[in-house]
Amino acid sequence: MNLRKFAPVAAFVAFMAAFPWMVAPFDAISHYTDVMVFAGIFCLVTIGLSLLMGFAGQISLAQAAFFGIGAYASAILTGRFGWNPWAAMPAGAAAAAAVAWIVGVPALRLKGHYLAMATLGFGVIVHIVLNEEVEWTGGPSGMVDIPGLSVAGVRVLSETAWYYLVWTFVAAALIFSYHVLHSRVGRALRAIHEAEKAAEAMGVPVASYKVQVFVYSAVLASLAGSLYTHYVTFLTPSSFDLMWSVRFVLMVVVGGMQSLWGAVLGTVFLTFVGNEWLHVFADFEVLVYGGILLAVALLVPQGLVVWMQEKLSRRRETLLPRSE
Amino acid sequence: MLTVRSLHTYYGNIHALKGVSLHVRSGEIVALIGANGAGKTTLVHSIAGLLRPQKGSILYKEEDITGLAPEAVVERGIALVPEGRQIFATLSVEANLEMGAFIHRNRRDQVRRDMDALLERFPILRERRRQLAGTLSGGEQQMLAISRALMARPEFLLLDEPSMGLAPLVIREIFAIIRRLRDEGRTILLIEQNARAALQIADRGYVMETGKVVLQGEGRELLAHREVQRAYLGKGSKEIWDA
Repeated sequence: MNLRKFAPVAAFVAFMAAFPWMVAPFDAISHYTDVMVFAGIFCLVTIGLSLLMGFAGQISLAQAAFFGIGAYASAILTGRFGWNPWAAMPAGAAAAAAVAWIVGVPALRLKGHYLAMATLGFGVIVHIVLNEEVEWTGGPSGMVDIPGLSVAGVRVLSETAWYYLVWTFVAAALIFSYHVLHSRVGRALRAIHEAEKAAEAMGVPVASYKVQVFVYSAVLASLAGSLYTHYVTFLTPSSFDLMWSVRFVLMVVVGGMQSLWGAVLGTVFLTFVGNEWLHVFADFEVLVYGGILLAVALLVPQGLVVWMQEKLSRRRETLLPRSE
Repeated sequence: MLTVRSLHTYYGNIHALKGVSLHVRSGEIVALIGANGAGKTTLVHSIAGLLRPQKGSILYKEEDITGLAPEAVVERGIALVPEGRQIFATLSVEANLEMGAFIHRNRRDQVRRDMDALLERFPILRERRRQLAGTLSGGEQQMLAISRALMARPEFLLLDEPSMGLAPLVIREIFAIIRRLRDEGRTILLIEQNARAALQIADRGYVMETGKVVLQGEGRELLAHREVQRAYLGKGSKEIWDA
């Protein structure tokens, strides 16, 4: 890895590591660590979604449902059956993967945006199940008494500890996704994205690759849901409704679909917007989201990350004359 | 080698092929000419497995390959060079070639050797092998698209509009390549709107109109045919090809 690529990553890691210590002394923003825990959890969802949207060219409107499957699987298995949370997590992920496969296989064999429609319906179904299966999920009043998490025998209690735990997951997801993108599978995915007919004619099983990405995105969303459960230790179905799925899509679009960094940036940005700066709008929040989406689509269709990269590289070019 | 019998294919709701029959013998270049929307691309996509015909049959080496998946078709030795080149713009030239050998992906040595041979053959691609394919010129992209198809080791090539959007001199070069591929023993079905160029290198040709074959014959015969001259050759397009 050369310096120009490495330097921004190192700066990002240093900033993220120092973040809780930077905001802690200031009362007004010390709770930003808590916001960043949520942002990190959502990042897991959107990293998977950005692979699906940016490289498989498909939209899923059920990421909140997979998020919910992970959350409720963890809550039920640990709270009811006394499982270890670290065992419940992969169980939830396996359930999400199986469901994604069942939804994805028929939807992705069809061309076009059938996955968006199928997942829209599926998301609604999951939300209804969470509301109605009172015996298992507590229904609309939710679930309480969910245990917290321990790492190596030590309870993860403080927000700062959670912050480091969650962002370690995000870093792992980023590294893994980066390697997926630069593997043979990733190259095939990019080929599909560039010229689907050509890739298909070469024998690339296009539908199967898309299903794999969809399943991967569902697994990440489910893991995020499990972390969420143990962090808030209280669940209601409203955190897993269609609006949340739309919000995840929006995070990816705002940040930039073609880049994993775009997912992270868009997610952090919109989490802060949603948690911190939109309370004043109350029910009009949705309008603001619509406005943001419209602005991005019209002004920076590639997303914030690409826009920032272009700004930076243009400046560099004007500062340093080309050596050619 | 390839026999298409009264093939019917729908493209969405459009009845794009209305009973097309043709055959290609081993070692031939067969040109398929016709205007936009005549159904030429639908026909090659039906052969390549990208579209599923409703009726009729496609026989390749005495085997019925009608409705097979693209993967199965390319494994039998039929490769497509799609219309508009369809190279993978954000992948390197080498990565494009590797994708062409997708069905041979577990034979790394073979892929390596084939790639070296192709880069030997097209030095311009060797020079640019680490460049992103999107940065190549139109002619270079067409060379890459053909090379990419060759990576699958096909005996039969479907070439869909290889001259599209290229300068006359570049078209000449591409057609010279196509002729050489035939001379090496490959069989070629060549789709073209550039009827004159196609018929000049073709052994035989078919003319399609609105989903049907309306004329067939030897390349020279069709070139001389009054209807073909009127409809597809026109006047004023002679300079380059008669030079």
